[in-house]
Amino acid sequence: MLVERMLPSAEAEELVALAHGLARSELKPIASQYEAEDRFPREKFRLLGKSGLLGLPYPERWGGGDVSYEVYLQVLEELAAAWMTVGVGLSVHTMSCYPLARFGRDEQRDEWLPAMLAGDLLGAYALSEPQAGSDAAALSARAVPDGADYLLSGTKAWITHAGQADFYTAMVRTSDDGRRGVSCLLIDASTPGLAFGAPERKMGLTGSPTAQLIFDGARVPAGRRLGAEGQGLKIALEALDSGRLGIAACAVGLAQAALDESLAYAAGRSQFGRPIIEFQGLEFLLADMAAGVESARATYLEAARRRDRGLPFHRQASIAKLVATDMAMRVTTDAVQVLGGAGYTRDFPVERYMREAKVPQIFEGTNQIQRMVIARALRRTLQNDGTLRNSGTLQNEG
Amino acid sequence: MNIVVCVKQVPDTWAERKLKQGDATLDRESVDGLINELDEYAIEEALQIKEAHEGEVTVLTMGPQKASESIRKALSMGADKAVHLIDDALAGSDVLQTSYALAKVLENIGFDLIVLGAESTDARMGSMAAMLAERLSVPQLSLASKVEINGTAIKVNRQSEDGYWQVEAQLPAVISVVEKINEPRYPSFKGIMAAKKKPMQVMSCADAGIDTSLVGLANAATEVVDFTERPPRQAGTIVKDEGDGGNKAAEFLVTQKFI
Repeated sequence: MLVERMLPSAEAEELVALAHGLARSELKPIASQYEAEDRFPREKFRLLGKSGLLGLPYPERWGGGDVSYEVYLQVLEELAAAWMTVGVGLSVHTMSCYPLARFGRDEQRDEWLPAMLAGDLLGAYALSEPQAGSDAAALSARAVPDGADYLLSGTKAWITHAGQADFYTAMVRTSDDGRRGVSCLLIDASTPGLAFGAPERKMGLTGSPTAQLIFDGARVPAGRRLGAEGQGLKIALEALDSGRLGIAACAVGLAQAALDESLAYAAGRSQFGRPIIEFQGLEFLLADMAAGVESARATYLEAARRRDRGLPFHRQASIAKLVATDMAMRVTTDAVQVLGGAGYTRDFPVERYMREAKVPQIFEGTNQIQRMVIARALRRTLQNDGTLRNSGTLQNEG
Repeated sequence: MNIVVCVKQVPDTWAERKLKQGDATLDRESVDGLINELDEYAIEEALQIKEAHEGEVTVLTMGPQKASESIRKALSMGADKAVHLIDDALAGSDVLQTSYALAKVLENIGFDLIVLGAESTDARMGSMAAMLAERLSVPQLSLASKVEINGTAIKVNRQSEDGYWQVEAQLPAVISVVEKINEPRYPSFKGIMAAKKKPMQVMSCADAGIDTSLVGLANAATEVVDFTERPPRQAGTIVKDEGDGGNKAAEFLVTQKFI
């Protein structure tokens, strides 16, 4: 089903139409097979790069598309609807470009950003560690100054595109000063002393490798540090705010795909002499699925428009991620129910969608962490308003 | 080299296509318009010829305002400029009249090579190349699955069911292409943005010197006398195999005159 969108310009409509057409003919037909064979579609990322889709929300000066988040996220949603691995991959790539685009010096941007945004180079983002997941500030992979370089040792974990990416935007510890002891490095994949763990054996998104990065005396020039020493965690969290919008858009795309499959199946399948789509039991299920998809889309677009206007969107990004990914889990589960026994088989894509919907509730901040972020932001709003007085009693104004 | 690609906007082949009650013309309102699929191959071939031999690719279309979407798609793939022939007097023109109108524009804008898709997915006449060649007094090389250009000589593989002929001619010429010829490129986002700045000339019948008493539904040489909507799909015949399934299946095929 063609999603009805309100896009801001004719060019945006053509861009989304390009993404839709490309997704329909290049991604969707091979997705199930690649996922079954644990095959990463590197060549499809090259095609996306050639079409100008790997650098959309970044400045034209470095080869980006200068596109608003409102438009970029809808392109992302179209791609994720055809193939979640590609949607998530594009979102991760976009996030891995963020620290350089936002915090890099001009000479650093001039040197590396054009190839990253043109899609010649594929990116990965390395924050988590085996013992530092939700508690990111506990990370311990260490970078020790050595002449004009850093020498790296330690392990980053759960890295999307590990072994496939050309560069890794990694947070490493440069001092013991807790949250202020982390720095951000742009690491070339071919750096000696960087090795990759065996790919994780995952429930879904099997087309996209996830593995550990293992640093053992890897030498990274200090010129590849993005931002100031000690600024790394701030950079990482800021990148995650935008990344969470990407994940929200991917989840909406995935749920839309599950809804489309459900509608097609329910219209074509007859029981008791009628198409099952006419039975109220399914009507209400399908209506709730559509309501979930469309309200989650509205939620991420609202957050995106705030970002595009330069307004704070930290809380809204977490709400969008929470709402969209929980919705996608529910909608894909319901899609399996609509297809019945067929839905439980691998001859139809909805069981895969259901498996793929699980991890967005976990990565880029679990949905429990999102709730913490949202609650803390609410508390801060009250403090700023002066409404939160001693002992936390809320008082109504007026 | 001055290459002109003629493109046509057609109803999305994924949607249900209908004729309008009343004048039996195509219902363009109820479905999305798309560039005719084979025309994308024509654009791709024109771009490849330009890339190999230099020159300029002009897109020409005839159709209502909506057809400008197809022009923009062609421009975003990389064509250099466009001409849109648009005039209410043209509505309902059949293939003979369309070839007359397009030929008039082509005489106006000039060409070394005209590239067409071999047929459209809506009318499927597959005769435009021949008609344009006749009206413009240039050779036609139709159903091309491969094109080679050497100076002013053009050589194509003309595809048939059994193989292909090699045919040659001198430019200027008209060619029509089949889908075997290439793999059309996707537009890029930069192409979409660049398309905005490319020249698009809008022409009326008067601009092109088209006699309006010769075009349009009322003056068409052909007429759709009647049409019937496709009947809804019927339930099939179920043959229950009670040891004589083979015979029953054969009997069914006999009643349907298959055997």
